[in-house]
Amino acid sequence: MSILIDKNTRLVVQGITGHQGLFHAELMLEYGTKVVAGMTPGKGGEWVLDGKVPVFDTVARAVEATGANTSVIFVPARYAADSILEAADANVPLIVAITEGIPVQDMMLVRAYLDQKNVRLIGPNCPGLLTPGESKVGIIPGHIADAGPIGVVSRSGTLTYEVLYALKLKGLGASTCVGIGGDPVNGTSFIDVLKMFEADPYTEKVVMIGEIGGSDEEKAAEFIADHMTKPVVGFIAGQSAPPGKRMGHAGAIVEGGSGLASDKIEALRGAGVAVADHPEQVADLLA
Amino acid sequence: MKLQEYQSKQIFAEHGIAIPKGRVAGTAREAKTAAEELGGRVVIKSQVLVGGRGKAGGIRLVNSADEAEDAAAEILGMQIKGLPVRKVLVDEAADISTEIYLGVTNDRTHRRPVIMASAEGGVDIEEVARTDPEKIFKVHVDPLLGLREYQARYLATGIELPRDQWRDFISIATGLYEAYVDSDASLAEINPLVMTKKGSLLALDGKMVVDDNGLFRHPDLAEMRDIDAEAPAEREARKYGLSYVKLDGNIGCMVNGAGLAMATMDVIHLFGGSPANFLDIGGGAGPDKVEAALKIILSDPRVDTVLLNIFGGITRCDDVARGILAAIDEIERKVPMVTRLVGTNEVEGRKLLSDADMLTASSLAEAAQKAVDVAKEIKVK
Repeated sequence: MSILIDKNTRLVVQGITGHQGLFHAELMLEYGTKVVAGMTPGKGGEWVLDGKVPVFDTVARAVEATGANTSVIFVPARYAADSILEAADANVPLIVAITEGIPVQDMMLVRAYLDQKNVRLIGPNCPGLLTPGESKVGIIPGHIADAGPIGVVSRSGTLTYEVLYALKLKGLGASTCVGIGGDPVNGTSFIDVLKMFEADPYTEKVVMIGEIGGSDEEKAAEFIADHMTKPVVGFIAGQSAPPGKRMGHAGAIVEGGSGLASDKIEALRGAGVAVADHPEQVADLLA
Repeated sequence: MKLQEYQSKQIFAEHGIAIPKGRVAGTAREAKTAAEELGGRVVIKSQVLVGGRGKAGGIRLVNSADEAEDAAAEILGMQIKGLPVRKVLVDEAADISTEIYLGVTNDRTHRRPVIMASAEGGVDIEEVARTDPEKIFKVHVDPLLGLREYQARYLATGIELPRDQWRDFISIATGLYEAYVDSDASLAEINPLVMTKKGSLLALDGKMVVDDNGLFRHPDLAEMRDIDAEAPAEREARKYGLSYVKLDGNIGCMVNGAGLAMATMDVIHLFGGSPANFLDIGGGAGPDKVEAALKIILSDPRVDTVLLNIFGGITRCDDVARGILAAIDEIERKVPMVTRLVGTNEVEGRKLLSDADMLTASSLAEAAQKAVDVAKEIKVK
């Protein structure tokens, strides 16, 4: 059991003929993900990855021909908003945008449109999803996580790998790992994912990895206090970050006294979350 | 990317917002000529990308072209919060009756733009937000619909603007919203928007912050970047697509991924050390990028040691190792290094570095502890 993706996930890769798209399509295929289609405008009719994956000109055609139910987006930032909207209009229920650097105003438009449709966007600027042993959608290295009862949700990429790997070294496995992305405006929040983990019978405990900027962690803390029965362990990155400076991720910035790591940690501890002092300690707190 | 006041106001003017007549001057002589053209009674405003210019003496009202020349000469020699003043804006002085605040920005929480107005203009709006939040009127804008007239009217009534000013105000609010959208801005702000004694509305000051990720659509705005205002190391980092923020400590950090880079800094802090920088080499960085990154870190004379923390995914540990070796060969300055390579091609990477004189670690905590210990030893010596 898992959330969002599993053995039945049928994936279309948008931007499959690009450098990143092709590289990761191959890794996903090797992992066992059912990569049923690729999509690149102008490349329809071709086959990639030793003839294993057909390429289509549009997402709608890919869905029609292959029954794809999930899309992953590797297209460059300037075309990414369009790609997300195309997948939404093709009624792909789960859209995972890996692309980093999409303009915020594009994402506000996309989000306003998606809110009217019955689709879920994960990301952008995220490592994607991994349900160990079943399916991987995105770029999380498959070998760093085993299957198990821990749900993981994170705003970060490599920091998530760090935590997954620490879990593995402790003999702990993950039900599903969800990277919601480091942008200020994204498709899925901590609360959305916490709800899913709370409802998933296989997930026993949850790890939540946040960072400075915005107030999603504080809101998640309220949700945890009011609605979560499963234990949550957290880590917040950026305790030593100076205010007013963007720390790599577009969303990681302390502005006007809000978005501070200390406020987030306090809110989470207040909600009964065990907050780790450093990422590897997350595994100890789960034991 | 922040725009200077004169650049922001120029964009506002292109969207139909009235601004004072003004000229940009780079010398006192030019300021004098500008003041003569504008009738003598002008305001000399330093163009630097920090707040609090007025308090620092960087804004002066003068009554003649000669006074303008003297004031400009003084202001052009100033440093405001560490930034040298290289340009002044010479604006025709306005007869102010009241000052209003008007701004548009991204509201992350609501995932849409918010437009705000306050009758308390000309002061720090964040201060107003803290002390008198009820004095700020906000309207969220559906990005698919844009700012509607009734929403701007709501702001006008909120700040109790006289009725005969509504039409002007709505047109300014609409222009400001359009300027924000058309420039891919994350902030477009008029503070103050003044009502003159003649009863017209004028944008006396202007501030815009443009989303760096949107600059590909705006080559004209990208050219406005004030390269002089950037630290040389940050400029160099941007050239290589590295994300670098200089801090005050002595432990240089090189990490792949923003979240992990922040966490690495945090762990250094936790163990009693102090990071010299935030540096994310990004995903899939090749040897060239790694080499550039190490050079940037070592260009900071305060760096006593470097901690390299790589969790390979897209990034390959052997590529990183090759970059490090190339950089060490070229850079004269030698500092002790602690490396921790995990993930894709970690065995190859570690092997490449095994001949170089470096401390190694298998976990992040161990790496941070070693770096902190090394930095302390150096300080003792």
